[in-house]
Amino acid sequence: MFKPGNWQNAIDVRDFVLKNVRPYDGDGSFLCEPTQRTKDLWQICLDAISQERANNGVLGIDNQVISSAVSHAAGYISKDKEIIVGLQTDQLLKRAMKPFGGYAVVEKACEEHGVEVAEDVKNVFKYAKTHNDGVFDVYTPEIRLFRSLGILTGLPDNYARGRIIGDYRRLALYGTAKLIEAKKSDLLGLTGPMTDERIRLREEVADQIKALSHLKELGDIYGLDLSRPAQTAQEAVQWVYMAYLAAVKEQDGAAMSLGNVSSFLDVYIENDIEKGLITEEYAQELIDQFVMKLRMVRHLRMEAYNEIFAGDPTWVTEAIGGKLADGRHKVTKTSFRFLQTLYNLGPSPEPNMTILWSKDLPEGFKKFCAQVSIDTSSIQYENDDLMQCTRHSDDYGIACCVSFQEIGKQIQFFGARTNLAKTLLLAINGGRCELSGKQVLNNIPALKSDVLDFDEVMTNFRLAMKEVARIYNESMNIIHYMHDKYYYEKMQMALVDTNPKINLAYGAAGLSIVADSLSAIRHAKVTVVRNESGVSSEFLIDGDFPCYGNDDDRVDVFAKDIPAYFNGLLKELKTYKNAEPTLSILTITSNVVYGQKTGATPDGRAHGVPFAPGANPMHGRDKSGAIASLSSVSKIDYRESLDGISNTFSIVPKTLGATKEQRQENLVSIMDGYFTKDAHHLNVNVLNRELLEDAMNHPEHYPQLTIRVSGYAVNFVRLTRAQQQDVIARSFFETI
Amino acid sequence: MLRVHSIESLGTYDGPGIRLVVFLQGCNFKCLYCANPDTIEFGSGSEMTPESILLMAQSQRPFFGKNGGITISGGEPLMQARELIPLFKMLRAHGFNTCIDTNGSILNEAVKELLQHTDLVLLDIKHVDAKKHKKLTGKANSRTLTLADYLAQQNVPTWIRYVLVPGYSDDEADLHGLGMRIAEMNNVKKLEIQPYHKLGVHKYEALGWEYQIPDVPSNTLEQLSKAKAIFENYVSEVIIN
Repeated sequence: MFKPGNWQNAIDVRDFVLKNVRPYDGDGSFLCEPTQRTKDLWQICLDAISQERANNGVLGIDNQVISSAVSHAAGYISKDKEIIVGLQTDQLLKRAMKPFGGYAVVEKACEEHGVEVAEDVKNVFKYAKTHNDGVFDVYTPEIRLFRSLGILTGLPDNYARGRIIGDYRRLALYGTAKLIEAKKSDLLGLTGPMTDERIRLREEVADQIKALSHLKELGDIYGLDLSRPAQTAQEAVQWVYMAYLAAVKEQDGAAMSLGNVSSFLDVYIENDIEKGLITEEYAQELIDQFVMKLRMVRHLRMEAYNEIFAGDPTWVTEAIGGKLADGRHKVTKTSFRFLQTLYNLGPSPEPNMTILWSKDLPEGFKKFCAQVSIDTSSIQYENDDLMQCTRHSDDYGIACCVSFQEIGKQIQFFGARTNLAKTLLLAINGGRCELSGKQVLNNIPALKSDVLDFDEVMTNFRLAMKEVARIYNESMNIIHYMHDKYYYEKMQMALVDTNPKINLAYGAAGLSIVADSLSAIRHAKVTVVRNESGVSSEFLIDGDFPCYGNDDDRVDVFAKDIPAYFNGLLKELKTYKNAEPTLSILTITSNVVYGQKTGATPDGRAHGVPFAPGANPMHGRDKSGAIASLSSVSKIDYRESLDGISNTFSIVPKTLGATKEQRQENLVSIMDGYFTKDAHHLNVNVLNRELLEDAMNHPEHYPQLTIRVSGYAVNFVRLTRAQQQDVIARSFFETI
Repeated sequence: MLRVHSIESLGTYDGPGIRLVVFLQGCNFKCLYCANPDTIEFGSGSEMTPESILLMAQSQRPFFGKNGGITISGGEPLMQARELIPLFKMLRAHGFNTCIDTNGSILNEAVKELLQHTDLVLLDIKHVDAKKHKKLTGKANSRTLTLADYLAQQNVPTWIRYVLVPGYSDDEADLHGLGMRIAEMNNVKKLEIQPYHKLGVHKYEALGWEYQIPDVPSNTLEQLSKAKAIFENYVSEVIIN
């Protein structure tokens, strides 16, 4: 029934897609509205979500059982209406304990919601060690200091690292029997000499094989025979979801992307439609119900987690569109069907739908995407042409927010981020922290004058970056060593090639502050004001200086050069498992907490003012309109920040044009222009500031209001007040 | 050197497509309803070289698509026509679409030369009636109508812009009058009705000026569609901006 190929002889999903995909050049006019069953189910979900919000963000916690693929009985929303089944626990939105990342965190999360961990489980962790225990056994005093002062923030040392994407399509194409067979054959081939690496890999593959048999058992719980390949469209969707479900039952990684399943599923759907087995309405129902399930994924988090990952995100990131290496595009009718869920079920942050944009995508799809952005502000865009020519794969997904990951061939070690703005202050303060006065770095000479000299500051800044890179690298190696040891992602890794390529995903925050600060020091006269203990408390600026975000090379050059320099430093350092270092310019929502932890900076920013998110220019300083701002960001070189460069763009609908057609066309032109300039990523929000202000005051009226923040989307009403204020303070491009 | 008030790199209302709009400083009109009163005074603003504007245009070219380009607005850009000539020559040489948004009150040798390098003129006719024009802008409309004739004679592609101010410029007879005049101009491709709004009022406060027509309400939808219907008798494409 499918075109033959290498996929029949080896585990090779890409080949299956390549041989069978049916690119679609038309528009969205074929799409269907939701069925009554879908509407009924979604109403139950909406009610549960509203109860969840009323109950301090958590509807229920299972405090009895440690979650695994097979820990819970079958759960349903309303069994007779579901054509795609499976929940993480036996009840909708009930959260499960996954304590191997860190037991204390789970205990705290339970406590914050008035629940006590069952004695049985407590007892286990009197003996069992977790990832968190391992990391803190080994952390050096330097790393601890960097962490507590906010130079390194959000490190995955007390929660699961996530970022790994299992190739969930494999279950549908092959079934567990064949997957187990392939892994067993891999294990047989992993012969001596028995070095550390080889022993570790053998143990990992053995764990993966066990995970696959758990996956089959999970199917049994729901009455599904997952040992064999999926035969129909319904089974293909169900199988893919079961594989993903097993992963999110076992792991609570910060971001657990779905991959790029839509065009794969399209093959089965179009096949069934062609044979007359299903209708378009049913095809849409399959995707609506699948997406509904993805929207219901929850993890148990403690409240402090919200500071860096606001709004309870899960990053079920699905990459849609893009091109094949042979020149065809990969937009299918199911690409449209996924986006259509934003109408059928309303806007939503999850799944985190990401359009892989190529200038060669069909016009009908481009315009449809633009309209979805205008209507829902729920989707983001990444530059497929740029990633394909840089990363050399046409079968990739987006890990977490913005990061390229070849599906089934490659994984990532998540590295959170370091604070470059604070690093600049270390350079100005002789290596001392500007807030605590503590000596952090020992190799930074004191500045000769309080009037900042550009060359002197740059020399110190380079020294500081080098030390920060060293300590950052050490923390990463420790974290990922321990995560592998105590909380190995056996289910996801069972769906990835044995011994895949690994990226070590470092991150940097505060780029716009660094760029503007260096511009101020170079183009104006900046004087440090020091407090009684001799560290900077504020900066006096005399004269004008160009700000990043106005398409002005005099300052944009710093935004381009600093990440490249820092990336170069990171590349020189040895990594655990020989992972290839990459760098992101991304903040998630930690831009607010970074602001609190960073004193006044030479660009005139006061202590406490939130950073701009990701690679964005600072709020209100991009005064020449949206295109100039986008042009500035596009100058940051993706080749030096291969983990991704996140830009979040908010625009008032009217500014896009007077009519619906103009708005569509102009948004398409913006995207084409931005990506032609080799920019990497864009979050698009099309809304009015007044709407957000009203939502702050009347959250009950806006249960589904979705806004892109930094590589992901959130329900606006689930942000803290400070985060809401930060979002509202950002640049909204508006013309009168 | 050009005296610039500000830059809007995402211009979607001042000519076709996405446009880099440069607002020049200084205007010879003082319209009662002006939404950008901070562009009126000469002497403020900042200086920019034509080369730096060309540089921005080049950087932003990928966004312009098939139709976009550069629009010079203001203030009154023709006040700086002589300085604009080298910029427009360079822009044209680099294949950019050039556009001028003007009140039409200046026609001298520099303007004539500038128009040779201009792809589109957005001609704001504030009023067809001389007296009412004077009341609205402080100046007569004879020069604007002269430029309109010149544009028609030279066949320079032109869009007419008309701000519909309730009680000041929405008399039906006047709209027909303007329509008849435009109907004779073969170079006019489009007419844009600009609804009257008060979004610029806070700028008057900042300048310490008094807003002259505080009691005039915004247009109703009926007023706008009526004006549109009238103009459609004379111009093939009429839109409400």
